[in-house]
Amino acid sequence: MTLSADEAARFAVVLEDHQEALVTFWTDRVAATLRGRLSHAELQRQNAELRRGFQQALAGSAQDLSGEAATELRAQLAELSATRARQGFSTTETAVSIFSLKDAVLAALDTQGQVDAATLRDYIAFSSFVDEAALFTFDSYVRVREELIADQAEQLLELSTPVVKLWEGVVAVPLVGTLDSARAQVVMERLLQTLVDTGSPYAIIDITGVPAVDTQVAQHILKTVVAARLMGADCIISGIRPQIAQTIVALGIEFGDIATKSSLADALRYVLTQTGKKAR
Amino acid sequence: MNEPGRRIEVASDQDVVRVRQQVRTLAVAVKLSLVDQTKIVTAASELARNTLVYGGGGWVEVAPADNGRRKGIRIVFSDHGPGIADLDLAFTDGYTTGGGLGLGLSGARRLVDEFDIVTAVGEGTTITVTKWCR
Repeated sequence: MTLSADEAARFAVVLEDHQEALVTFWTDRVAATLRGRLSHAELQRQNAELRRGFQQALAGSAQDLSGEAATELRAQLAELSATRARQGFSTTETAVSIFSLKDAVLAALDTQGQVDAATLRDYIAFSSFVDEAALFTFDSYVRVREELIADQAEQLLELSTPVVKLWEGVVAVPLVGTLDSARAQVVMERLLQTLVDTGSPYAIIDITGVPAVDTQVAQHILKTVVAARLMGADCIISGIRPQIAQTIVALGIEFGDIATKSSLADALRYVLTQTGKKAR
Repeated sequence: MNEPGRRIEVASDQDVVRVRQQVRTLAVAVKLSLVDQTKIVTAASELARNTLVYGGGGWVEVAPADNGRRKGIRIVFSDHGPGIADLDLAFTDGYTTGGGLGLGLSGARRLVDEFDIVTAVGEGTTITVTKWCR
């Protein structure tokens, strides 16, 4: 049931005539659901603005939320959802802020005396308009949260793949967690760039923190090693625990002539012996 | 004597990670040794990825198993993909149609105690694996 132009106009008047009572009632309702996590004054200000938004949309005879007249209101709702999402409120708490406008309007209609059938029909149409607005906040809220998650995933990807200089001429990549294609790509790029930047002839890939080495993980590591070799660096794989070693054997993965060690310390010792020999 | 398991839809790389976590949790719960935990988790990872990559997605069911003498873990991987035309070839080490190492299917069979495969061209593939506590 969409709002007719007449109904929209009538409600624009209601929202205008009862604005103070409406905003007070509305703010009290919202404040009760948010339990004091936003100050009363702040809510009062938000609701007053939203009321204005609704009033203007309806005065512009908006029949639903997608129309031209509701552009401003949509922007307000999107901003409200975004702030609430960032402040850590739930979707329900955000949507209830909008839903409770219905209660406020009903209370305003009640004060006018008798509520007849015509007013009720109007109210139902208006109510579906508010529902639409509340659903819109749901959508915006989810979108903002998804953006936050995507940002964090990106940050995590950056954080979780450091390349550290272990010794003069030796860089190490301590891998922690699941090595999927996206991360393997980041690891390879970082490692190759660090090899160029530091001019290191040795790289140690430490897989102590990788919970399971399956064929995909092994393939990613092998490709990284081959790429590093093409650039003239020697790669050592360290951190191969007993259970990982047995699994790799059962799977039939062969690391060929790539040096592998059980711990990072062993790998470093191995590299130092190698360089020591060469120096002499 | 098998309890119902938990079914996980496999439609993306994240789902393969979820399968792996679920298998690890259950493997710890039925007290598999650390080596066997790693083996079954790795096998599950291989087969779940096959379900995704070659089967075009499907589902995985992870359940505790009990044959009266021993406890273990049973995992079913099922898809409605193209099926496998030549099983002998598919189980050949190093054979791949997807650019991998060609060790996933054959390797997974070596990592588990029981391995059962039902496949038909054009209908899909269902693989059931079991790992028992030693």
